[in-house]
Amino acid sequence: MDPILSIRGMVKRFGGLTAVSSVDLDIYPGEVVALLGDNGAGKSTLIKCVSGVYHADAGTIEFQGQRVNFSRPIDARRQGIETIYQDLSLANNLDVGANIFLGREVQKRVLGGLFKPLNEQYMLDQAKAALDALEIHFPDLTQPIESLSGGQRQAVAIARAVYWDAKLMIMDEPTNNLGVPEQRKVLELIGKLRQEGVPVILISHTLPDVFAVSDRLIVMHRGRKVTEKKTADTDTQEVVQYMVGALDDTREQLPN
Amino acid sequence: MPDRGSNAVIEMGADRLADISPLKKSVLLLSRLWAWAFLGSMILFFIVSVKITSDGAVNFLTVRNSQNILVAITPVLLLGLGQTFVIIGKGIDLSVGWVMSLTSVLAALAIRGAFNAGVPLFPSIVLGLLAAVAGGALVGFFNGTLVAKLKVPAFIATLGSSFIVRGVALLMAENTTVSGLPRGIRDYGNNALFYLIRGEGGGLFFLERPEVTGAMLRNLDRILPYPVLLTAFVVAIAIYVLRRTKFGRHTYAIGGNVEAALRTGIPVDRHIIMLYVMSGSTAGIAGFLSTLRFSAGSAVIGDPLLLSSIAAVIIGGVSLFGGAGTVVGTVIGALIVAVLTTGLVMLNVQPFWQFIVVGTVVILAVIIDQSRDLIVGRAQSE
Repeated sequence: MDPILSIRGMVKRFGGLTAVSSVDLDIYPGEVVALLGDNGAGKSTLIKCVSGVYHADAGTIEFQGQRVNFSRPIDARRQGIETIYQDLSLANNLDVGANIFLGREVQKRVLGGLFKPLNEQYMLDQAKAALDALEIHFPDLTQPIESLSGGQRQAVAIARAVYWDAKLMIMDEPTNNLGVPEQRKVLELIGKLRQEGVPVILISHTLPDVFAVSDRLIVMHRGRKVTEKKTADTDTQEVVQYMVGALDDTREQLPN
Repeated sequence: MPDRGSNAVIEMGADRLADISPLKKSVLLLSRLWAWAFLGSMILFFIVSVKITSDGAVNFLTVRNSQNILVAITPVLLLGLGQTFVIIGKGIDLSVGWVMSLTSVLAALAIRGAFNAGVPLFPSIVLGLLAAVAGGALVGFFNGTLVAKLKVPAFIATLGSSFIVRGVALLMAENTTVSGLPRGIRDYGNNALFYLIRGEGGGLFFLERPEVTGAMLRNLDRILPYPVLLTAFVVAIAIYVLRRTKFGRHTYAIGGNVEAALRTGIPVDRHIIMLYVMSGSTAGIAGFLSTLRFSAGSAVIGDPLLLSSIAAVIIGGVSLFGGAGTVVGTVIGALIVAVLTTGLVMLNVQPFWQFIVVGTVVILAVIIDQSRDLIVGRAQSE
């Protein structure tokens, strides 16, 4: 099977600091890949190069078999790379339907197109269907989403990405600031995405989450990819050693 | 490893509103409807108190009074309409008062110029309207560009431009007033759809002003003057645009979370510029109407109306933090300000008290608005 996303030799520098140093990365359809590393390891920078926030200094990105070069985040989104940030991508003063269709509203044509009011009913029905497809149920979709909890809002963001046919989902600390039951729900949602065949890159510091949902994990340390393993083949202790730099597959291990 | 392919239905819990007590619920409802309730009880208060203080001689609730209030709110409301859009989009437009003055001058110059050049009266007036709206829109475009493209804070950008506009208005008027306008324009600014003659030999007249003289003039009431009709038409458009269109939806989105609006591909800069263009345009209509009403252009007419219009918008429930508010709210807010002012005058209260009362109501409105958030609780604070 061909990878959906393929990164080769990616480098990103900020002045004298090399935040990402020749990283290779492949993501295959339907897998959840966790991206791990201490603060400053370069995971967020790497992800921002993929989602069009930063422009890499060197290296190539292939997405669905095509060389891509995103200059803005909206370019990446149009190709189907959705990045889900906490609270950043939803308008809390609008309802679920309005958020799912934000920027892509559906209009009716009245009097031969003289008036083009929003087709609220259609958007509401579609929003409901999108949530149903992920088996997410809200009692009332017409409330502004500020009345929803953090986990519920996260679910709306995920449902929106799925509705608009995301080909790759990037989630940056999706369970941060959530209560324990809500964290579990978000993880269940990630499981559902996998069932739908949507690959997920998951950035997280919460190792139990990572072990609960990921198929593979990649550890970064000081801008470099230090290991890449099947989640089933490793454990928390080993991963932590990679994260702090005690283990590193790219250099020969020196005997202590 | 836990079961990862779970098919369990994700119940995202009950809506938080369903969890709050009936007491909180009713407080919440009240805080949403308070402006209506306040307007209603205020009208009631004035009906009773005006009657009592005048020993039954004066009536607050008359046709004439209601029409006077409508005429009085017309400019405040027009300034407030554009302002409503701008503030929902998390901006503010401090230039509308002086834009109204400038466009009053522009309309007067255009009408006078056209008429003197031989253009018939009605086309001259239409030219005046176009000149006023175009002038207002141009200032709005300038403001919007400063805010959206050059990232000048809206408060500063529009404060600065209001000084510029003030100077230009005074320069163009070559003083404060542009006079010498054709006589007929007074009719357009003051005639009404209906006329009512009360008492003996009276009746309702449509479109045509009945010939009355002397004492009978006191019994003549205008119903729905043209400026009120034009304003009502603009209000209807504003309600439609804000509530029913993509443009309105994007305005709320930008005010609610500009980052989200950008990420979803909404053309935020262009949209913000449009908001200020709208604000300038409605101020232009207000300037045009004042020229018709007084048969002269005035380079100072709008200055005192800026703060009243912002007060109306805030009382009507538009949040200065952006993302919340309605056009209908602004209409109620403008009505509250006008009813208060008229009522206090009829009670023979010293006019200075109007300021104190309006100020208090503005502060009260914001406190009530915030109490709503306190009750429901911000979702982020979980």
